[in-house]
Order: sequence, then structure tokens, then C-alpha cells
Amino acid sequence: MVPRVTTRAISARDITDAVERLCREANIALPDDAMGAFEQARAREVSPMGQAALDQLLENFRIARQEQIAVCQDTGMAVVFLEVGQQVQVVDGDLTEAINEGVRRGYVGGYLRYSVVGDPLKRKNTGDNTPAVIHTSIVPGNQLKITVLPKGFGAEMWTRLAMLTPAQGVAALKDFVVESVDRAGPDACPPVTVGVGIGGTAEYAVYLAKKALIRPVGRPHPDPDIAALEAELLERINRLGIGPEGMGGVVTALAVHVETYPTHIVGIPVAVNLNCAAPRHKEVVL
Amino acid sequence: MKEHRLRPPLDDETVARLRAGDRVLISGTVYTARDAAHLRMVDALKRGEPLPFGLQGQVIYYVGPTPTPPGKVIGSAGPTTSRRMDPLTPILLEHGLKATIGKGARSEPVKEAMRKFKAVYLAAVGGAGALLAQRVLAAEVVAYEDLGPEAVRRLTVEDFPALVINDIYGGDLYEAGKAQYRNAL
Repeated sequence: MVPRVTTRAISARDITDAVERLCREANIALPDDAMGAFEQARAREVSPMGQAALDQLLENFRIARQEQIAVCQDTGMAVVFLEVGQQVQVVDGDLTEAINEGVRRGYVGGYLRYSVVGDPLKRKNTGDNTPAVIHTSIVPGNQLKITVLPKGFGAEMWTRLAMLTPAQGVAALKDFVVESVDRAGPDACPPVTVGVGIGGTAEYAVYLAKKALIRPVGRPHPDPDIAALEAELLERINRLGIGPEGMGGVVTALAVHVETYPTHIVGIPVAVNLNCAAPRHKEVVL
Repeated sequence: MKEHRLRPPLDDETVARLRAGDRVLISGTVYTARDAAHLRMVDALKRGEPLPFGLQGQVIYYVGPTPTPPGKVIGSAGPTTSRRMDPLTPILLEHGLKATIGKGARSEPVKEAMRKFKAVYLAAVGGAGALLAQRVLAAEVVAYEDLGPEAVRRLTVEDFPALVINDIYGGDLYEAGKAQYRNAL
């Protein structure tokens, strides 16, 4: 007997509306978890110039909300994470086009910057910030979760990948992560949120590093061993001295988020993807 | 740490008073230019053609603002990463540019050119685009309109806040700040 499967229809129009709203809100109103992380950072920072930089950033977040303008002029390339319940059926249109239409409306209508070129070599601006980068995973259930992460390139440019060997081990991995933040220095707009992907294959490690950034800022990994690794990396990074905006200080990173995946016996892929001092992301479940 | 009020155009004497770590508040005119505009300006200089504005004593702000919402002077307008302009900066300093505003570290050749041609590098707070937009009183595209956010704009600013990162004496706030707080936890 074939079991009966109930599908749930979700309209492409609703997806477009949701993505439009997420693009605007993510760019204009910093989420509460990020605001909280900045307030804690301000309390921890001892350097007067670092404190002044954090004060300006906090003031900036308030002004952006009040004036309804983007927190930062680099409103990023829209990275969209989809968790599609396997019982979901998208109706009334094409899923990818629905998302890109949402990005188009969100960026044009929200007075956000068009930072995307249609061809990486010919470099002509698409004029509406499309297309998005879309990561889709199929999960159990009948819901659709959409997360929009506007990714500015000031921090994205410092992404790194290393394929380490088991003999190099965890020590080399930690050094690589700390060194990646050190190299970025003031350019990545610290205090940064450090996304670290460990395991999988090369491209999967980078994906995990990016995905780590959509976790609420500072929430530890549920696995206590990974949470301990996050805490140790954060302390080492904050000993670098770079500080807020690179002016010197003890808050170079707000948090380190590590995500892991099984990998091959031969290697330890490790990727680092940074979020700048505007850790923007917004999600909705349809 | 001193605080200075600057009103461009800047002369050598004013620039000589600025030290790495000093705070500045700029009022008056600054020009925006980033990657694409730099390429065109340097091209024009090499061909002996006129620039969109005279460089002598001027200040360039590395910014590509968001589109201007209705009723506002400019959109979000924080600094972009300066190092992308490094290869194109010394020639502008040679032609009289006195200050650049951006965020992030400069290359050795740019630092050397700043010492040689008496110019400073200033950083505004990266990511503070909404706050910095409020210090802009007027904005007008003066060249390369086809470049959109990368067009050259003349901005009239008031009390625009920045910090001196590199001075004409070799001082470097990023290096000094990092050294001071390394292992300070």
C-alpha cells in the first residue's frame, strides 16, 4: 500500500513578498541578538577609541531604524538560505524567480544599493541587486523557512579555505582561524562575527562557514566540545588587539560560530567566513 | 589625542598639525570617488586631460552611497575599504590631494607617498553609514554619472567625524592601537 502524502501549497507570490520584506528589514533594522552583542561588547571594551567606535556603531543602528535607511551603504549580495519541507509544493510560479523578484522589489523599493554585476568578468551592474545566491536544503515537514543574509564584501573578501591534514590537527586549525581574522584586520570592519566551517569537502566547508553566520550572534553551539572550541578561538582572536574598527582594543570579534560535518579520512577542510560590524540576517517561516 | 576642525582645501601647515590618533571633524567640501572613478581620473591624468575637480588641497571620501530616499540628501554613506584604491592613490597625492577618507589599512607605497607629498589618511567608522549620512548637508553628482553609486559627488559635510590613521611622520594608528592592546585581555 502506498502511504498517503499530504502536500501543502505555498504560493510563489507569498515567497516574493516574504523575501522583499526580509531584504528591507535585514538591511535597516539590526536583529535584537546583534544589538545585544554590541551592548555587551561596549561594556567589555577597555580602549577609549574602541569604545568610541562602538558608540558610533550603536548610534548608527538607532539612526538607521529611526530614519528607515540602510545600516551600511554596502547592502550586500543577498544570500538566501531555504529550508524546504519535503511536503511543500510551490505553486503559481518558479521558486528561484520568486526569490529574485523579492530581492528586486526589496532592494529597489527599499532604496538599498545595487551591488551586483551580471557577469564577474564583464562587470555590468544588473541594476536591481539580483540574482541572489540561494542555498536550498530539503527537510522533513510542510513548512518553508527563508533566511536572508545581506553579505557585504568588505568582510566577504577575507574568506579563506585550508585543507589541513590529520597530522596538522586541531592546533593548525585554530592557528588558521585566528590568522584569518588577523590578516583581515581593520578592513573587515571589526568587531566581526567569525563563521567557521569544519569538515565535509572544500565547498561544503565554505558553505558551513557562511551558514554559521545566520545563528543568533553569540549563541554557543549545542555540542559542548564545539562550544568550547568557539570560546577558545574567541579569546585568542580578542587577544590580537585589533579592536573595534581596528583602532586597538579587546573586542575584535563579537562571537565565533563553528559548524561541522563528517569528512574524509585524509583531510580537515576548514573555512573562515567573516561578518562585518553589521551582522544582518532575518528569517521567516511560511 | 587632539581634536581638529578641518575645512578643505587643506594646506601643508594644517596637514602637518595632524598626528595619527587625532580626531578630526570636517566641514565643507569633500569629493566621493571609488574604484571606477579612480581608474577614470588616473587615466585622465596620464593623458593630460582635466579632472572633474582640481585636486589641490582636496579631500576624497571613498564611498558608494545607497540610492537617496525621498526627502533625504543622501542614502546610507559609510566608508568603503581603502586598499582597493591603493595602486591609484600615489599619483593623486602627487597632484595635490591632501587627504583620503576610508576604512582599513593602506599599502606601504601609499604611506610613503603620504610622507613625501604631505598628505594624511583618515578613517571614518566602517558600517556607520546611517550616522555618517546625517553629517552630509548636500550632495551633487559632478562627474561620471553613468557609474551610479560610483559617480563622483561633491558632498557638503558638517562635523563629519574621522580619525587620523596615517600622518606625514609615519605614524600609524592601526599599528599603534593593535600593539597597545595585544594580549591585553
